Formats: sequence, C-alpha cells, structure tokens
Amino acid sequence: MTILSTLFPNMADKGPQFLSAILQTLSMVAVSGLASFCIGLFVGVVLTATRRGGVMEHPKLYAVLDKCINIFRSIPFVILLTALVPLTRAVMGTAIGTRGAILPLIFGTVPFFSRQIEAALAQLDHGLVEAAQSMGDSPLEILFKVYLRESIPAIVRGTTITLISLIGLTAMAGAVGGGGLGNFAIMWGHQRQQTDCTYAAMIIILALVFSVQALGNFIIKKTTH
Amino acid sequence: MIRLENVSKTFHTESGAVAAVKNVTLHIHAGEIFGIIGLSGAGKSTLVRCINLLERPDSGTVTVDGRTLTGLDDKALRHARTSMGMIFQQFNLMPSRTVFHNIAWPLKKQKLPAEQIAARVRELLELVDLTDKENAYPSQLSGGQKQRVAIARAIASSPKVLLCDEATSALDPATTRSILALLKKINRALGLTIVIITHEMAVVKEICDRVAVMENGFIVEQGDVLDVFSAPQATVTKSFVDSTGNLSKLTELVEEQSPVVALKPGEVLARLKYLGRSADQALISRVSRQFDVDCNIIFGSMEVIRDATIGNLGLIFSGEPDNVRDAVKYLSENNVQIEVIDR
Repeated sequence: MTILSTLFPNMADKGPQFLSAILQTLSMVAVSGLASFCIGLFVGVVLTATRRGGVMEHPKLYAVLDKCINIFRSIPFVILLTALVPLTRAVMGTAIGTRGAILPLIFGTVPFFSRQIEAALAQLDHGLVEAAQSMGDSPLEILFKVYLRESIPAIVRGTTITLISLIGLTAMAGAVGGGGLGNFAIMWGHQRQQTDCTYAAMIIILALVFSVQALGNFIIKKTTH
Repeated sequence: MIRLENVSKTFHTESGAVAAVKNVTLHIHAGEIFGIIGLSGAGKSTLVRCINLLERPDSGTVTVDGRTLTGLDDKALRHARTSMGMIFQQFNLMPSRTVFHNIAWPLKKQKLPAEQIAARVRELLELVDLTDKENAYPSQLSGGQKQRVAIARAIASSPKVLLCDEATSALDPATTRSILALLKKINRALGLTIVIITHEMAVVKEICDRVAVMENGFIVEQGDVLDVFSAPQATVTKSFVDSTGNLSKLTELVEEQSPVVALKPGEVLARLKYLGRSADQALISRVSRQFDVDCNIIFGSMEVIRDATIGNLGLIFSGEPDNVRDAVKYLSENNVQIEVIDR
C-alpha cells in the first residue's frame, strides 16, 4: 500500500471516482462496440455481396456505400463528435456523458469496422464460393455458410483491431464531456496537474487493450484449422 | 445427357473483350467419360462452367438430362445444380469444416434426418477409401485425399453428372492414377456421366471414352478417343499425341545425325505406326522370318487406349535391298502406316 501511495499520491481519495470512470469506459466500449459490430458486420457483408463479381452484384448500391464510408472515415473523430451534437441530442436526449458519447462512437467505428469486414471477407478463396454455387447454394446461403463462417478468424482479427481503436475513441470522447477514463485523465491529470491520475488511467486502458488482444488471439487460434 | 448448342461466352475485362468459348456444340452421352483437352487459355474451364451455368453463356443453349438450364430462373437453376457434382483443381473444401461436414454439405440441403446423413457420409467415405479421416480437417490431408473428399462431396446427393475441372492437375502422377481409377470406378458403379477438363494427354488416354480438343475457344476436333488420337487432324491434337510418344524424337535424332540412327550401307530407317487389330499380330517377327531381314527397333511406344493399342516404332531394316523393299510393302499391306526416312 505504501508503494502505491508513494507512486500515486493523488489517487488515494479518488477510488470511487476512478472506479466509476472505468465502468463508464467499459460500458461505452460494450454498448457502442456491440452496436458497431452488428451494423458494421451487416454493412461489410453488403459491400462484399454487392461488389463486382459478388454473389449479389449491385454496382450502384456498392458505390453509394463505398462513398459514405470514405466520407465518414475522413472526418477526424473530435470533429465528428461536435458535428453530431444536434443528432445525438435528438436521438439520445443528451449530448454529454456516457449516453451522449455512444452515438458518435458508433458513427466513428462503423465505417472502419465495415472496411475491416470487407477486407476479411475479401481474403476468402473464390473457389469456395464456386464450390458452394456448384452444390446449388443460394447467394444468402453462401454469405452465411461460406463467407461468414469460413472467415471467422479474419473477422475476429478485424474485430480485435476495431475494439482497440474504439477504446482509443472512448478516451477521446471523454475529452468533450463523455465521461470515462479519458475524462478522468483530463480532469485530474491534465487540468489539475495530478499526473499520477493520468498514469493510472493509462494503465487501465493498456490492460484493457492487452486483454482484448489476448482474447482475440485465443479465438483466432481456436477457430483456425 | 449433356447438350451444348452453339454456346459462346465472352468476358469483358478492362483490357478488352476476351472470347473464351466460341460457338461450341457438344453432345455428351449418358454414362460416358468425356474428356475436353486443351492448352491453358483454350477456354476449357469456361466451357465446363457453362455446363452448370457457373458461367452463363452469352448465347446458345445448355441442356442437361432433358432440362434446358439456360431457360431456368435462378431458383430452378440452383435446384438443377444439385443433380450435377463438380470437383476442382484446388479441391475447394471448406477449411473450417471436418471431412464429415464437407461431405454432408449437399445432404443437409435435402433436409434429411441426421442419422441418414451420417450413414450416407460413411458410405461415401468407404467408397473413396477414407473411412479413418471422418473427423480430420482438410488441412490435415494430402492432395489426393482432399480430392477424394471432394469427389465424395460432389457425388453425395447422387447426381447424374460429375464435372471435373483439372481435377488431377495439382497431383503427382501416382496420385493422379489413383484418382482416375476412383473416377472410373464410380462411373461404372453409379453409371455417372463424367466430364473431364484437362491439359494432360495421360488423363484422357487413361479413362476417357470420347474426347474434344479445344483451342482458342473452339472445339477443333472431337470423337472417339482412339480415332482422334490415332489419326489426329488438328495441329494441337498432333502435338498432344507427340507429347506422349517419343516418335518426334526420331526426327530430332535424324536432324542431329545422331549415331543412334547412323545407317550402314543397305540399311533403311523407317517409322511405323499401327493400331487396333494389326497391333495384335506378331508382324515384326513374321517379316523378319519371311523376308530374311533384320529389324532393329531403336524407338518404340505402345499406348493402350480403351482396349486398343496404338504402336509407334522407329526401326532399322537391314538385308538384301529387294527383301527390305518387299518387307516394307508387306507391312504397308497389313494396316501398318510405314514411312521410310531418307537422308
């Protein structure tokens, strides 16, 4: 305890605040991560299906999606956060705190994750698609049974990368009133110059990132044959 | 069983249009093994994909087992495909599924009860001689084993047609033979019509009943394997035939003035080709005895194509000039194509 109180003198009285910051970060990652996973997976699959040579080729739909993703990926996240304030307020009822951060986090993550999924599915050997077609599988069956199922390791890899980048984004959301560890580090570490608070937040973030990476690697190993 | 009428297919790529298949008409009978041979880029892979409409032809009609596939909508076409199996050069097994689940794939589509699927998979594993690999993943199998699994998967739903796209091209010669033997076995046992795409003469010779030779998107020659390869017409066919025998080597040796073909006075170098019935007779030894000439065989190849022999010989006759002339005449009167090589 003495070592801890020497290294982190200003953390002694912030136990409850620190814990709630951790929980806020976790809940932001969980909620926006889950939503982004579902939406991004869907968009990525649609991109794969509708691209040239895809199982449901539709060049116009592909072009529209492709452009939208490029536009959203080009906007720096801090700017996206403020730009989305009116929408966030309309949808979530507030633009600050954990609730207010979720919508911008989803907008920031979905385009990135969609690209990750598109890239993961593009690695699939086209021969497998041909084999499924030759056995009479429909485009929808091919998307589920071949593209998604056979790409699980690649999808997990993309998900790991996205989750890590999402953890980074939640910290940034904290900077504009989003709560969580980012907010904690700025409020205490930066504005009150209690640098040890910044380090405490950093350690938790690192632990979080490493656990996500380790879990990802474990699943990839288990699903690769 | 399979009728292609005036089938054409052109691909539009960024570097321009590529006509892969040009106006091909092909009739494949039920129960036969039909080979389509050609060099790479001849359009044969596209042609075989036109049979199950993995590639939709730009024009022409495809009829399989009395059903005109080119007239079907997507759903009906998918159903029709379940009665056509296909195997590939790269096997295309699903890497995340075990051998069992790969083979069960087409069976699950038929919504059979699990026990029936399991029983059928085991029956197929026995047929392809892989009973101990049921729970292996494709990555744990050798190339030949993978192709056996692919064959089991392709015939699981008891199709009438099996399409083979360069099915043995990624395999070594011994494995190729075992896969061809398996194909022959299921052709006989199940009465399956098999279409084989290949660039290897050996494959066609080994198991095909009839063959079509393809070049630049056209079928340049087709017919009974023995007829096509004993009297090749098109240049590409001739080069395929030459690739198996070593008779072209004879011409090379003569041109190089090799000592192997050096002649003493009174000797005659000739190239002999004989097929079918004439190959059954002991013509060379008869000629030797009857006309008192010595026959020195410097080259020889015998091909057995579907119960008939095609023989090619490079031969040096020595003896009295009149006797040699009579011997040559006798041979040519007995269905042997004989060509005396002058230098």
